Amino acid sequence: MREALPLMWRNIAERYNLIGTHCATCGSNYYPQRKVCPKCRRKGQLEGRVFPGKGVILSSSQVFVSPKGFEHETPYWLAVVELDNHAKLLTQVVDSADDQVKAGARVEVVFRKIYEDSHEGAIAYGYKFKVVPGGK
Amino acid sequence: MAGIIGYGVSIPRFRIKTEEIARVWGKNGAHITSGLGVKEKAVASIDEDSATLAVEASRRAVLMAGIDPQKIGAVYVGSESKPYAVKPTASIVADALMAGPDLMAADYEFACKAGTAGMQNCLGLVLSGMVDVGLAVGADTAQGRPGDALEFSAASGGAAFLVGSKNVIAEINCTYSFTTDTPDFWRRQHAEFPQHAGRFTGEPAYFRHVVSGAKGVMKKAKTKPEDYQHAVFHQPNGKFPERAGHMLGFSKEQLQTGLVTPSIGNTYSGASLIGLAAVLDEAKPGDRILCVSYGSGAGSDGFDITVTPEIKNKKPVVSVKQLVADKQYIDYGLYVKHRRKLKSL
Amino acid sequence: MRSVSVIGVGQTKFGEHWNDSLRDLVTDAGVAAISDANVEGKDVQAVFGGCMAAGRFIGQEHIGALLADQMGLNPLPAVRVEAACASGGVALRMGYLAVASGMYDVVAVAGVEKMTDVSTEDAAVALAGAGDQEWELFNGATFPAIYALMAQRHMLDFGTTEEQMALCAVKNHGHAVSNPYAQFRKAVSLEQVMDSGYIASPLKLLDCSPLTDGAAALVLCASEKASKFTDKPVDVMASTQASDTLALHERETLTGLKATQVAGRDAFKQAGISQKDVDVLECHDCFSIAQIMALEDLGFCRKGTGGKFVEEGRSDKDGEIPTNLSGGLKAVGHPVGASGVREAIDVVRQLRGDAPKEVQLKDAKIGVSHNVGGSGATVVVHAFKRGF
Repeated sequence: MREALPLMWRNIAERYNLIGTHCATCGSNYYPQRKVCPKCRRKGQLEGRVFPGKGVILSSSQVFVSPKGFEHETPYWLAVVELDNHAKLLTQVVDSADDQVKAGARVEVVFRKIYEDSHEGAIAYGYKFKVVPGGK
Repeated sequence: MAGIIGYGVSIPRFRIKTEEIARVWGKNGAHITSGLGVKEKAVASIDEDSATLAVEASRRAVLMAGIDPQKIGAVYVGSESKPYAVKPTASIVADALMAGPDLMAADYEFACKAGTAGMQNCLGLVLSGMVDVGLAVGADTAQGRPGDALEFSAASGGAAFLVGSKNVIAEINCTYSFTTDTPDFWRRQHAEFPQHAGRFTGEPAYFRHVVSGAKGVMKKAKTKPEDYQHAVFHQPNGKFPERAGHMLGFSKEQLQTGLVTPSIGNTYSGASLIGLAAVLDEAKPGDRILCVSYGSGAGSDGFDITVTPEIKNKKPVVSVKQLVADKQYIDYGLYVKHRRKLKSL
Repeated sequence: MRSVSVIGVGQTKFGEHWNDSLRDLVTDAGVAAISDANVEGKDVQAVFGGCMAAGRFIGQEHIGALLADQMGLNPLPAVRVEAACASGGVALRMGYLAVASGMYDVVAVAGVEKMTDVSTEDAAVALAGAGDQEWELFNGATFPAIYALMAQRHMLDFGTTEEQMALCAVKNHGHAVSNPYAQFRKAVSLEQVMDSGYIASPLKLLDCSPLTDGAAALVLCASEKASKFTDKPVDVMASTQASDTLALHERETLTGLKATQVAGRDAFKQAGISQKDVDVLECHDCFSIAQIMALEDLGFCRKGTGGKFVEEGRSDKDGEIPTNLSGGLKAVGHPVGASGVREAIDVVRQLRGDAPKEVQLKDAKIGVSHNVGGSGATVVVHAFKRGF
C-alpha cells in the first residue's frame, strides 16, 4: 500500500503524537484509534487522547529479512510495547544496544522516518522507541 | 522584551572518527584531526533526516519552555539538506508538535545560517506583536562527497529555539546581519553534494562575514568583547571560530563553552545554534552572550543576548553535553550505508 | 442441521510450479477431488474457493468465477472466501454450512495460492497483509516477526527453548519424507534447524513454512446421500470458527491464540468429544512456535508446556496426539489459501486409511484440523470421524 498516500496521510496525527482512543465508560485505552470499544460497544464513550510516550517492552525480535521498503534497515528491532496507560503498540526500537532491547526494558518514543515510497517518493514519518538507559 | 523562552537540541547517536575516514582515503588521520580540530562527527542513521532532527529538537524546546504548543504562531526550519526539495519540513514539525494549523510556516535556506535567519524572523514577529511565540530550527544531515575534505566534518544535528516575550530566559538585545554575494560554497539544483571553493572559503568568506557580523552587532549594542562571558561563532571546524575570536579580541575561554564542533563535526544550520544551546546549558543570570552564525553565499547573523534570572527556573530536557556523550562509533562501511553514499542505496 | 460428509479429496503437489498458473493448479486439484468423490460435474451444486491474495500474487481477483469457469462448472454459484491463511478452512466451513443447512446436497470446496510469481520481498508484503497493514506492516513487521514476538514471550514466560521449537520442524520434515505431495521430502536434523540463521529472532529459516504454490480440494455431501457416491465417507463432527484482533499487539496475551482456544473449545463441545478421543491432529504450524501454541490452545497440553510436550515425543506418531503426520505447513508447504483445505484432506486420508504407509495410523477414527488466519485473527477448527 506504499502508493496509497491518503492512507498514510490520514494517520499522521495518530502516528506523530501517539493519539489513541480512551473509553470513558470502562477506562480502556486503545492504539490505534477505535470507533467502538470492544468491551462496552455502544455504551462506550470514546475520546481521542495523546498517549504517554513511555512504556515497557513486552516482547522483542530482531528482524533479518524485511518486507519491501525496509531492506536497507536490516537488522532492525521490533517490539510490542505497553505504554504507561496500558495501551499496547508494535514499534521499531532504535538507538539502543542489542543486549538492552528485551522484555522489561523501559522505552521512550522518538520521531523517525518509517519508510519512503522510493528514492523520489513521499516519506512516511512516525514513532519508533528507544531504550531508556537506566530505565526509569 | 523578547528573547529565548526555551530551546532543544538533537544530535544523532552514531559517530565516525576523523581517523576512520582518513584510513579509507589513505590520509594521515592524526594530521587531519589536529588540522581541522575535529576528532569525530555525528552521523544520522538511515531513518533520520533533517525533519526528524528538527522535530526531536523542537519537542525538547517546547517541553523546556513548558508552553502549550498551540501558542506557537510561526515555525521556520532552516536547512541545506531538506528531505524534500519541494515540500516544507516546517509543516512536519508543526504537526509533530501539535502546534498547527493556525500558524505561519516556511523553510529557509541560507547555507549554514538558515536557522538563525529563522530566529531573526521570529524575533521580529514577537516584537511586532504578530505572534506570541515563534519557533526557529536549524537542522542538517550534511553531506560531504566521499573523499572530499568536507567529508571529515559534514555532520548531522539540529537545534530549536522558541522566541517569545513571556518568561524569557535569554533576552535578544539586538541582531545584525552582514550580507554579500560571495560564492564560497554551494550546491546546485539536482546536485547530490555541495561544492566549495577551497581556501576561498576562509578569508573573503567566513572570516570577513563573521568578523563584520560580530563588529556590527557589537556596534549596535555598544559592547566590547570583554563585556561577554561567552561568544559563539559558526563552527565549520574547530579552528575557524578560534581564529575569528582572536581577530575580534575574544579569549579562548570565552569561546570554550560554545565550541561543540570538535566533538560532533559541523552540523551546518545546527552548528551555531547548538553552540548557543551549550552556552545556555551552563549560563547564569546576567551572562552576556555574543552569537554570530555564518552562511555561505554569504552572510552572517549576529545576536547580542543577555541571560535572565528566569533561566534558573528552566532546565534543558537533555543537555548538549549529555547528547555529545551518548554515542556509538561506526566504521566507514556502516557510515556509507546509513548516509546512503552507495549509488544503489 | 443435517450431517455432512467428505466424499472425495484431491490436491496438487505443493512446491514451486513454474509451468502452472493458479487456474491450472486449482483445476487439477478440483478435478482430482471430484473424480475421487466419484461424482459427476452435474452433481455438484456450488463451489467455495479459499484464496488469500491472488490480487497481490498474480493480479487476479474474482477467483470464485475463475474456479467455476476453469473446472467446467458454469453456471454454478461460485464464491471466493478470504480469511488470510485461513481462507481454505473458512471455505470448507462455508461449504459445510451450505450442505448442513439443506440448501445443497453436494458442493466442491477448493483452496489455492500461487505465490512464486512475485519476488520474495513482494510476497512478504502480500503475506503481511494478513496482519494489520497500517499498524504492523507499516512499521516493518513481517509475518515471521509477528510470530517471533510471540515466541520470544513464550520463551520468557514458560522457559520454552529454541531447541524445542526446532524439534517441531525436525519432526514435521521427517513425516514429509513419505508424503508425495510435500514440498520438502527431506529430513532435517536439529543442528540444521539451529544453524539455519535468524529470519526474525528467535525464529530461524527452518522454523518457518516456505512460499508455496499449490491447490487442494474436497467434495462435501449430505451424509444421508453419501453412500450414493462412496463407501468411505468421513463425517464432519464439528465446524467452528473464532475471531480476534487483527493486530497482535492488541491481544490480551502474546503467548497463545484466543481464537484457537475458543474455536477449539467449541469444536470439542459440538463434536461431543474430548482431547483424549482425538487420534490425529493437523495443526497450523506456519512457524514452529505456532505448533507449540496450537497444542496448548487446543487443550492437548497445559499452557506453557507445549515445548516440553513436543520434546518428549508426545506429539509424535506414536505419542498421545500424533500431529502433522503429513509434514505440516513446515514441510508440505504453505500455499496460504490452500492450507486449510489441505489440513482437512490429510486428516481425512488418515481416517480413510489412505495416508502413506510410513505415517498411516492404525485404526484412526477421529481427527481434528486446525487452520489459522493471520497471526490468529481467524481460526477455524474442524473435527472429523470415520463414517464407515
